Amino acid sequence: MKIVLHGRKVVGGVVAGEAIVTKDTISGWGGINAQTGTVIERRHELVGQSFADKILVFPGAKGSSGWSLYFHQARLAGAAPRGMIFVKMTTKVALGAVVTRVPAVTDLDQDPLAVIATGDWVEIDADHGIVAVTKRPTGDDPPPADLAHQDHP
Amino acid sequence: MKLTDAEQAMYDGHDGRAVARAMDLLVRYGQALGAERLVDTSNVAGTVVSPSPRKLEMVREGGFEKAFSELNLDSDETVEVPRARVYTCQLIQTFGADTAHLHNGSRELMTLQSDAERFFGSRGVHLMSTCTPYQVGNVPVKGEHCAWMESSAVVYCNSVLGAMTNTEGTESTGAASLTGKIPYWGYHLPDNRFGTHLVDIQIHVDDMMDWGLLGYYVGEIVQDEIPVLDGMWSPPELVKLKHFGAAASSSGGVEMYHIPGITPEAPTLESAFGGREPVATITYGARERRIAYENLNSSATDQDVDFVMLGCPHNSVEQIWRAAKLLDGKHLHDGTQLWMHTPRALREVADRSGYTKIVEDAGGHIMSDSCPAISRVVPPGTKVVATDSAKQAHYLPAISGLQTWFGSVEDCVGAALTGRWSGGLR
Repeated sequence: MKIVLHGRKVVGGVVAGEAIVTKDTISGWGGINAQTGTVIERRHELVGQSFADKILVFPGAKGSSGWSLYFHQARLAGAAPRGMIFVKMTTKVALGAVVTRVPAVTDLDQDPLAVIATGDWVEIDADHGIVAVTKRPTGDDPPPADLAHQDHP
Repeated sequence: MKLTDAEQAMYDGHDGRAVARAMDLLVRYGQALGAERLVDTSNVAGTVVSPSPRKLEMVREGGFEKAFSELNLDSDETVEVPRARVYTCQLIQTFGADTAHLHNGSRELMTLQSDAERFFGSRGVHLMSTCTPYQVGNVPVKGEHCAWMESSAVVYCNSVLGAMTNTEGTESTGAASLTGKIPYWGYHLPDNRFGTHLVDIQIHVDDMMDWGLLGYYVGEIVQDEIPVLDGMWSPPELVKLKHFGAAASSSGGVEMYHIPGITPEAPTLESAFGGREPVATITYGARERRIAYENLNSSATDQDVDFVMLGCPHNSVEQIWRAAKLLDGKHLHDGTQLWMHTPRALREVADRSGYTKIVEDAGGHIMSDSCPAISRVVPPGTKVVATDSAKQAHYLPAISGLQTWFGSVEDCVGAALTGRWSGGLR
């Protein structure tokens, strides 16, 4: 069962990957290590975790104007997220998504931070503004047999 | 996005490949934002000279043209770099060449930076090399559309000067410099500049440390919304607003605020909100002040201070003088260093006025062009820092892994003279 959200293209393209979700806004410069994609801000929910090659689901950007350059450098270092889903549009996050050159969407009809959890499988069709979420099986809720033997549903 | 005929011609390459690539980025960026058009700007503050290992590789491969194309235009195609079309200044940069002997920053990268200064200077980039261009002559007028980076300068530009800018980035300012264009979105639209949150200040916010604490607390709560400060007693001056904005744009993403009766777009409390109701009211009293203080000091436990850093955002001459008075005739604790950061143009004034000599006679240094958070350079062996800057105290522990104390100028100079942190809330 997929949950489908509809929103607006920020950067076009189609991609699928595992979600990493945070309810904290992210700093670029001073908030991430651009070589590894790891969040370094001390009191951040994701401190020590990397978004490299994941679908990054987050409220938006904060902090220094070095936001775009740090995500730009993460792309050059091969440490960029695979896609971006965010809530609050700002110039930092818009320019950052553009220069990261990964599919990105916003203005979704449901709160992505409530619907998507870390580990869920997320497909983004940014050109059509569509996000499809397959929930990660949890311990309380045993996975259907046809999913249990796959790495990714 | 709708382009004028002139903009379409630039996009199509009539003004050369660099301008065409710049327009391509501005259109992609404008579409991402949902902007309907571009707006003319003749005031760009960005960064082109700062070195990095990756930039060094690019320059070796294809010169500054390749590095500028990738890092300042997001262009895979390497283009010739023309002269800036509109007023463009360099913000804070990585190293201060005048103080190279005091640190072990990479010599290779310092050389790259000096080469970049020559390259971009010849293309009309004013090398102000400070996070506070408004302290050294770039003072846009009310209503002027700007394309500025540097979160602490952006919030000053919008709030204190009443000029209009979003927080731009390395790539959008590169493109704006070559085109005189930036997406018409966000703070360029008058309707987006009204207050959202009322901050009900119930204690006396007075010195620079108080203003930093207020900004740090408010920024974390409002994130990128627009706070309106109501209820303080002493009218603030440049230095306090410089600190307030820098703190609020570090703990959150504040790009604009109003102080009714003080800032230019808020003659009254009602006008600050544009006749709308605040979405929320934030109370700021002794408890909130303490929360901000404890958050800022949460990285530090060791009272032995190796390094004291003043001047984030870059110090005014008055701030240098204030520290100089505290240092006059004294000497720093053996093993504790003091660095003060100021724009190079103001350093000249400090030299001429004799303040630099007072600071240096005490064992301190006045430095220009950069700061430890940007350069990643601190005195060798540093483990514990003290600073009067909420912004620096926010970023240094994350960037450099250093324990960082935050306090007043007096607390910081005291730590430099004794080697011990004895600051606190008073």
